[in-house]
Amino acid sequence: MFPDGFDYYEASSVSEAIDLMAEHAGAETELLAGGHSLLPAMKSGLSSPDVLIDIGDVEALHGVTADGDTLGIGAMTTYSDFIGEDASEEHAPALYHAVRQVGDTQVRNRGTVGGNIAHADPASDLPGAALASDATIVVTGPDGERRVSADDFFFGMYATDIGPDELVTRVEVPSAADAVGAYAKKPSPSSGYAMVGVCVQATVDGGTVQSARVGANGVMDRGVRLEGVEDALAGASLDEATIDAAADRATEGLDTAMMMSDLQASAEFREQLVGTYTRRALERVLDRTPTPAAAD
Amino acid sequence: MTEHDITLTVNGAEHDLTVEARTLLVHALRDELGYTGTNVGCESSLCGACTVRMDGEAVKSCTALAVQADGAEIRTVEDLGTRHDFHPIQEGFQEEHGLQCGYCTPGMMMTALDILEENPDPTREEIREGLEGNLCRCTGYQNIVNAVQNAAKEMQPAAVADGGESDDDPTPATDGGEEL
Repeated sequence: MFPDGFDYYEASSVSEAIDLMAEHAGAETELLAGGHSLLPAMKSGLSSPDVLIDIGDVEALHGVTADGDTLGIGAMTTYSDFIGEDASEEHAPALYHAVRQVGDTQVRNRGTVGGNIAHADPASDLPGAALASDATIVVTGPDGERRVSADDFFFGMYATDIGPDELVTRVEVPSAADAVGAYAKKPSPSSGYAMVGVCVQATVDGGTVQSARVGANGVMDRGVRLEGVEDALAGASLDEATIDAAADRATEGLDTAMMMSDLQASAEFREQLVGTYTRRALERVLDRTPTPAAAD
Repeated sequence: MTEHDITLTVNGAEHDLTVEARTLLVHALRDELGYTGTNVGCESSLCGACTVRMDGEAVKSCTALAVQADGAEIRTVEDLGTRHDFHPIQEGFQEEHGLQCGYCTPGMMMTALDILEENPDPTREEIREGLEGNLCRCTGYQNIVNAVQNAAKEMQPAAVADGGESDDDPTPATDGGEEL
């Protein structure tokens, strides 16, 4: 369980990271963030890069900022630092609840929000949360920044819109201070990754769902929106009957023949899990929604 | 394959050493510097036996490169207490029989330190949540939770007065609906 040998460079700024990527463009190069996906892959021999460029300590990529409209999360912000900011739960409730369920204490102390999203592991917790919270991924390369909607960012397993000379620098979430978020996940008993995880962000007013976005992990080769669930929720009163109806439509529009299937869960089992965990996520939304009488 | 001169401050003592880029923090601590209290368990960031504190936060030292820790303050289990003067966490593990084979214990205790520094009076549920990344294959965790609670009382005697026992706290700490 030792990584193969590699050359290590530490970038102290985004532009230095971009320069280092250009300089080593001919070699197999990986960016090192918190290292909690990459280092295990390197130790088990799944990944053997020639060059690691460490961006974990780039100061400009750390921290959470809230300007009222948008919550900006520096890509190298650790899960723990994100959870520790009051603004995270207030402005990005769906992402907040998903981040709280990533890995464990030690993993959350090292792993990063941007690293997770850039890695695009379909069984990770954040792709679905990025979709549910309508996040924008800010990607920076030699020609400057570009902004990609989470809906357009995930291409497939470990595949994203990031170019070979680019890196994720920031994740932006439109402020959802009046919304409720929840994440319900069935973790793999061995790895803790999501066999299925459903993330919901909903705005409920007077008991009626004004808008809802629902993203799921572990189901397909990338994080996906559950459009049938969103449809069932929109304009409906948030109650048990609506939750039943929404959960029944959990796999609507998904190509069930292409569902993830492995030793731990067959595609058929996952299909059931999506409904069950949609229901659980929505029940948490219901629990967390102030009753119309209590809200003023 | 690059080599790097790094400085690690371990339990207050500064060490300069040269490591290969691929050297893991746990191997630098154990093999280069002799801090063998930190154990290597699964080597795949799951079991937590290798947990140390890095700049005040519990981390799995098998999943960090030594070069990433350059300049960091590391605290290992050797810094907790001595054979004749236990740290309250060590005392808690002894009093409550929080170990059998003891292999996971250094990691358990370093994570417990993290839990208690952030939350001096945790509920049993909060202790279990905090220890999620530390596996024990002997004890079934009951006594480990008891040990951390015991340590919490020892470290924060004032907290006991306003109701330290909150075994059945109905408030879920997170969305984590699954039993640990």
